[in-house]
Amino acid sequence: MTSVSDPPSGSFQFSQLIYDTRYRSLTFQLIALLLLIAAFSWLGYNLVNNLRAAGLNFSYGFLGEPANYDINQRLIEYTSQSTHWRASVVGVLNTLLVAVLGCITATVIGVVVGVLRLSNNWLVSKLMAVYVEIFRNVPVLIWILVIMAIFVAVLPQPRDFRGDDATASMVWGSFAFTGRGFYAPLPIFGPGGWIVVAVFIASIIGIFGLKRYATKKLYAEGRVIKTLWPSVGLFFVPTLLVFFLLGRPISLEYPALAGFNFQGGIFMRNSLISLWFALSIYTAAFIAENVRAGILAVSKGQTEAAASLGLRPGRIMNLVVLPQALRVIVPPLISQYLNLTKNSSLAIAVGYMDLTGTLGGITLNQTGRAIESVLLLMTFYLAISLAISAIMNAYNNAVRMRER
Amino acid sequence: MSDTHAHAVAYVRDTMLPQQPPPASEAGAVKWMRENLFSGWFNTILTLVAVYIIFRLLSGSLPWFLGGIWNADSLATCREVLDGATGGCFAVLTERWNQLLFGVAYPNDQYWRPTLAFVLLLVAVAPVLYPKAPRKMLIFTGLYPFVGFWLIWGGTIFAPLVGLLGFVVGYLLFKQVERQSFAGGAALAVVGALVTWWAGGFLVGAAEGVIALEPVPSRDLGGFMLNLILGTVCISLSLPIGILLALGRQSDLPIVKWICVVFIEFIRGVPLITLLFVANVVLAYFLPPGTNFDLVLRVIIMITMFASAYIAEVIRGGLAALPRGQYEAADSLGLDYGQSMRLIILPQALKISIPGIVNVAVGLFKDTTLVSVISMFDMVGMIRGPILASTEWNGVYWELWSFAILLFFVVCYSISQYSQWLERQLQRDHR
Repeated sequence: MTSVSDPPSGSFQFSQLIYDTRYRSLTFQLIALLLLIAAFSWLGYNLVNNLRAAGLNFSYGFLGEPANYDINQRLIEYTSQSTHWRASVVGVLNTLLVAVLGCITATVIGVVVGVLRLSNNWLVSKLMAVYVEIFRNVPVLIWILVIMAIFVAVLPQPRDFRGDDATASMVWGSFAFTGRGFYAPLPIFGPGGWIVVAVFIASIIGIFGLKRYATKKLYAEGRVIKTLWPSVGLFFVPTLLVFFLLGRPISLEYPALAGFNFQGGIFMRNSLISLWFALSIYTAAFIAENVRAGILAVSKGQTEAAASLGLRPGRIMNLVVLPQALRVIVPPLISQYLNLTKNSSLAIAVGYMDLTGTLGGITLNQTGRAIESVLLLMTFYLAISLAISAIMNAYNNAVRMRER
Repeated sequence: MSDTHAHAVAYVRDTMLPQQPPPASEAGAVKWMRENLFSGWFNTILTLVAVYIIFRLLSGSLPWFLGGIWNADSLATCREVLDGATGGCFAVLTERWNQLLFGVAYPNDQYWRPTLAFVLLLVAVAPVLYPKAPRKMLIFTGLYPFVGFWLIWGGTIFAPLVGLLGFVVGYLLFKQVERQSFAGGAALAVVGALVTWWAGGFLVGAAEGVIALEPVPSRDLGGFMLNLILGTVCISLSLPIGILLALGRQSDLPIVKWICVVFIEFIRGVPLITLLFVANVVLAYFLPPGTNFDLVLRVIIMITMFASAYIAEVIRGGLAALPRGQYEAADSLGLDYGQSMRLIILPQALKISIPGIVNVAVGLFKDTTLVSVISMFDMVGMIRGPILASTEWNGVYWELWSFAILLFFVVCYSISQYSQWLERQLQRDHR
C-alpha cells in the first residue's frame, strides 16, 4: 500500500510547473500576479508620462481653493467664496438628503403597491401591475426628466399667487407648491426650544420602553397590558406640557410672497422635488415586486396552521406571515436602497447639486482635476455602498434561520 | 307510505322541475363583479378610487392623443392648426423620426444599413433565445458581429473579413495542438490570431474602398440606434467576462480570487455615471500618449466592465445554487477543473442564472441612456439636445418623451416577458 502513495521520485522538472497539480495553482497565481503588476505599471507609467506632458501633477490642493460658483440647494452654510472642499461637502449632504428621503417614500409606496397587487380586487391589482411594469421597463433618467417637465408645466408659478384674482393659493396658508419648488414653514428655535425636542425624543423612547415592559409581563406572567392609550398620551402630553410651560419657545416662520417670489420658510427646489419623486416611484416599482415575492414566498400552510391554532387574521399577519416574509424582503430591499443612492447621481441631469454635480461636475470642469475628482467621487460612493452592504450582512446574520 | 301520502294531498309532482338559471346576482358578469370588485366596503372604495384614477388618466390623455396633429413643420404651425383645441403635436415625430432613431449625423441615404443590421440581429439572436430554432443558425450568429460591424460602420469589407480570419486561424491552430497541450494550443491560437490581424492590417490599409460601404465614424452614431448598439455589444461582451469573473471568485487560488472580488465589488459599488466620467475624461490619461480611440469605444469598455461585474454576481448565484454533489461527482469521474466546469457545472449553472442575466440585460439597456450625460446623442440626448433646442420644436415635451417611453417599454417589456417564458420552460424541464 505504501508504494501506491509514494510521491513521484526523481528530480524536479520544469514541466511539473504546469502538469503537476501541486505546483500548477502556484504557477497560475504567479502568472496572474505578474500580469496584474504589469498592467498596473503600464497604466501608471502612461499616467505619469501623460501628466508630465500636460504639465499637471497629482494633488488635492485644489480642494482648498475658493469654488467661485453658487449652489442653490444646500443644507449647510455655503457661499461662492467657500472652498471646493466645502462645495463637495454640500454635495455629499445633498446626495444623502435625496437618498434618505427617496428611500423612505419608495418603501412606503412600494409596500402599499406590493400589497395592493396581491389584493382580491381585480381592477386594483391590474392597475398596480400596469404601474409596476411601466416604471420598471423605462430608464430612470427618462422618468427624472419627464417628472421635472411635469412639475414645471403643471404647478403654478409664484406670480400666480399674487394679486386679488390669484389663480393659486397656499395650502393652509403655510405650504406653497410652485413650479419653482415647494415652500414650507421653518421652525425657529427660541431659548428652551431644544428642551421641548429633548422631551419629545424622551417620550418616544418611553413608548418603546412601555412596549417592551408589556411584552415582558406578557411572557413572564401572562398578563396583557393595554399600551395603546398610554402610548398616545405619552406621545402628546409631556411635549405639549413643556412647550406651553416654557412659553412656546418654538415658532414657525411662514413663507410669504415678496415681490415675484416667496421669502422665508423652507424652500425645496423643483430639481430636488422631481428627483426625489422620480427616484421614489421608480424604485417603488422594484420594491413592490420584492414585497409581493416575499409575501408569496410564505407558504399557505403557515397561514392555515396559524388559523387552526385559533389566531385572528391580524395576529396571523403580525406573528406568522410578516416575520417570515421580511426575511425574504429585506435583503433585496436594501440593495434597492443602494441602487437608489447610486441612481441619485443622475441629479446632474436636472441640475440638482449633489456630489456628482459639484465635485464631479463644476469643480471638475473648473479645475480640470479629472483624475482626483473622479477618484474622490468613486471613493465616496464606494464607502456608502460598502456601509450599506455591511448593514445588510449584519441583518442577514441576525434574522438567519437557526437550523438545528 | 308514499301511496298514502299521495292520497292524502291533492297534487304530487311526478316529474323533475326543469333547472332554473342561477339568480342574476350569482352568475356571469354580476357575480364576477360582486366577488372581484365589490366584495366589501373597503374593496368597493378601492374600486371606486381605481375607476376615478383610470378615468382621470384617460380623460387627460385620450383627447390629447386622438386630437393630435401629425403633419406640421413646427410647433407654431401645430398650434395654428389646433386653434386652441386639445391635441398633441405628433408632427415632431413624423418630421424628426430619423434623428430620434439614427441621430443627427448618420447619412440619410444609408438608413437601410442600421435597419438591416437590426433585422439581422433578430435573426442572429433567435437560435440563442429559442432552443427549438435550427442549430445551423448558430453559424450565422457567429458571423453576425462582423456583418453588423460592416453594415453600421461601413468601410471596406476586408476589415471585418480580416477580423473573422484571425479568429478562424486561431481556432484551427488551437484544434491542431489541443491534443498535445491545452495551454500551448491556447497560446498558439492567440499568437496566430494576432499575427493574422497584424498582417491583415496592411491588406485593409491597401484595399481601402474595395467593396466598401460609405464609412461612418463612431461619433456620427446616435439616437435609439446608439442605445441598441451599446446594449447589444456590451451584453454580449460582458457574458464571457462575467463567467470568468464568477469562476475566479469561486476559485481556490487566493490571488485570483481576490483580484476578482476587488474588481466586482469596486464596480458594483460605484454608479455607472462615474465610470462614464472615467471613459470621458480620465481614461485618456492611462493610455500611451498619442492614442486617441473614440468615445464610443471607451464607453463600450466601461459599460462592459460594469455589466460583467453584475453578470458575474448573477452567475455566482447560479454556481452556488448547484448541489455540492455535482462538483463532487465531476471530481470523482476524474475530470480536471476545465473539463468539469465545461461539461458539468457551467451548463447547469448558466441555465439557473438565465433569468438573472436577462434582468441585468434589461437594466443595462436602460442604463445606456446615461451616455447622454456625457454629451453623447443617444435617444435621450437627442431629445434634450438638438430637438428640444431647435427653434421649430422648442417646448414639445410630452410627445417626444411619450415616444421614448414607448420605445424603451416595448423593448424592455418584451425581454422581460421572454425571460418569464423561458423560466416556465426551464421549470418544465426540471419536473
